[in-house]
Amino acid sequence: MSVLSIRDLTIAFGRHDPVEVVSGISLDLTAGRIQGLAGESGSGKTVSAMAVLGLLPATARVGGSIRLAGTELVGMRPRRLNTIRGRRVAMVFQDPSASLHPQLTIGAQLTDHVRAHLRLKRRDAQQRAVDLLTQVRVPEPAEALRRYPHQFSGGQRQRIAIAVALACDPEVLLADEPTTALDVTVQAGILHLLRELVDDRDLAVLLVTHDLGVMSAVADEVAVMRYGQIVESGSTHDVFTDPQHAYTRTLLDSMPDAQQSLVEDDE
Amino acid sequence: MTSTAASPTPTRPWQRWPLLGYVLRRLGTSVLLMLGVTMVTFVLTALVPGDPIAAALGEGAASNPATVAAYIEQHGLDKSIPERYLIYLTNLLQGDLGTSIKTGRPVATELATAVPATIEVALGAIIVSLAVGLTLGTIAAHRRGRATDQVLRVVSLLGLSVPTFWLAIIAYHTFFLRLGIAPGAGRLDPAFTPPPTVTGLYTVDFLLGGDPVGFFDALAHLALPVLVLSLFTIGLLTRFIRAAVLEVLDTDYVRAARAKGLPARRVIVAYVLRGASLPILTVVGVAFGVLLSGTVLVEAVYAWPGLGTYAFNSAINLDLPGVMGVGLVVGVIYLVINFAVDLLYGVLDPRVRLA
Repeated sequence: MSVLSIRDLTIAFGRHDPVEVVSGISLDLTAGRIQGLAGESGSGKTVSAMAVLGLLPATARVGGSIRLAGTELVGMRPRRLNTIRGRRVAMVFQDPSASLHPQLTIGAQLTDHVRAHLRLKRRDAQQRAVDLLTQVRVPEPAEALRRYPHQFSGGQRQRIAIAVALACDPEVLLADEPTTALDVTVQAGILHLLRELVDDRDLAVLLVTHDLGVMSAVADEVAVMRYGQIVESGSTHDVFTDPQHAYTRTLLDSMPDAQQSLVEDDE
Repeated sequence: MTSTAASPTPTRPWQRWPLLGYVLRRLGTSVLLMLGVTMVTFVLTALVPGDPIAAALGEGAASNPATVAAYIEQHGLDKSIPERYLIYLTNLLQGDLGTSIKTGRPVATELATAVPATIEVALGAIIVSLAVGLTLGTIAAHRRGRATDQVLRVVSLLGLSVPTFWLAIIAYHTFFLRLGIAPGAGRLDPAFTPPPTVTGLYTVDFLLGGDPVGFFDALAHLALPVLVLSLFTIGLLTRFIRAAVLEVLDTDYVRAARAKGLPARRVIVAYVLRGASLPILTVVGVAFGVLLSGTVLVEAVYAWPGLGTYAFNSAINLDLPGVMGVGLVVGVIYLVINFAVDLLYGVLDPRVRLA
């Protein structure tokens, strides 16, 4: 069943002479499944994800509909949107060294929204944070709460960022290029963790990436975007083995090890 | 793929408390700089043109060679400059800054009342400027390009452009002479006696002594000089804080904080302002220096018995011990500000502690 349903989403920037960057895309996110959104830079992937949480700059105009279990998110007042952000729909950003505040401890960043959303006491929130860090396999979780982001490796930082996103048990996770800033060996671990969390928690995930290798490794469904439109969508297997659109074929051809990843995925 | 946590198990005290090591390193640097300040003040004063002996003894006595010789002998002026510097340094370590030629009182005693008077004004001004600057700067950044931002830009430019001494005179004329809202010059109404000295800041000392009436009188006398001095630094801080906040508003960690659904106010205080705190701190340090130099003229207008007034009087009387004392104190104040700023860097940013 669809948890988050995007219908005819349009996004334009500029007041006087608006430029449309997303032109009527539709997507459905289902619990326990990873919906991939592929495409090259500037195709409108990231702004689409940002639009879900109302995080676009004030100059952006959003049209169409984004429904979370029936509730319309487009045009929702910020105060009400704040009860959904981080609580029911969470987001993981591309570069964990930029998305974690360098001057705040991991503990503070892992508990402030938990306390705001779930009204937990400090001690309970801390315990929850330790559990989360254990779940995303950050070593010495209790100790880690007192540390700052720069004291962790890139892969661990992204695990922490994922823990922050999952802290309030959201139904939907928006992952914007979550592995792009990481080493290839670290990427595999993060993707593995993502898959595991989706299965355990019945999460609905929107995975935005330009990396088709990543896409083929974890996504259940794929939509390919170009110039603000979805040119092709379907199950990952179908799209990768039998691409219908010329652009999808071009993308796949430009990827040296696409076929290889797919074989691994099938095994 | 998992690697272990970055730092190894700490063993030495300064590894366990990185902040402590940081403080000690900075303290060491400050001591060296302090020595440099004494050297510069001493050499500059030793090289000053003009005849301090004549100034000290007066025309008549200075024409008597015996008196002059006795004076030179008594003050060790026949010794070489390095020797005199060592004597100066030894006296300094004992808290002896010499005796004022004009008043005959120890310079240290005179500075002990003048410095707190100036610090009180400067601290008041920095608090006011920071409070106003933070508010206006943050608002301007949030309303970037809109009418509010434009208005605030003009206001801050006005603050930067208006000469402080002119504003001091106009404010004194308007609020004291014309409207009679503000009290007259000085630190206190003549009817009051200064509070027993603890910090030397009248407002604080009155509070410590449990005298609210005295406190409000001191506060009222403080108001005009502080506001006049603040205007420039408000302009300065508003502009810098706007720029610093704008930069932080565009970072991923602020977007991430919004994506977490934190209330807007909390995002600003805990994430945005904290992120902008280092550049803001730097400007506040600079602003404090600006305030100290601005206070000389403001003190003159409000007959404020502070460092500026003392420096001026010492200079026109060629009271070299007084001038040296002022030079030293100003040097120390700057060092203390820089030390405090460095220290706060370490408190605000965990990455600095390791550097």
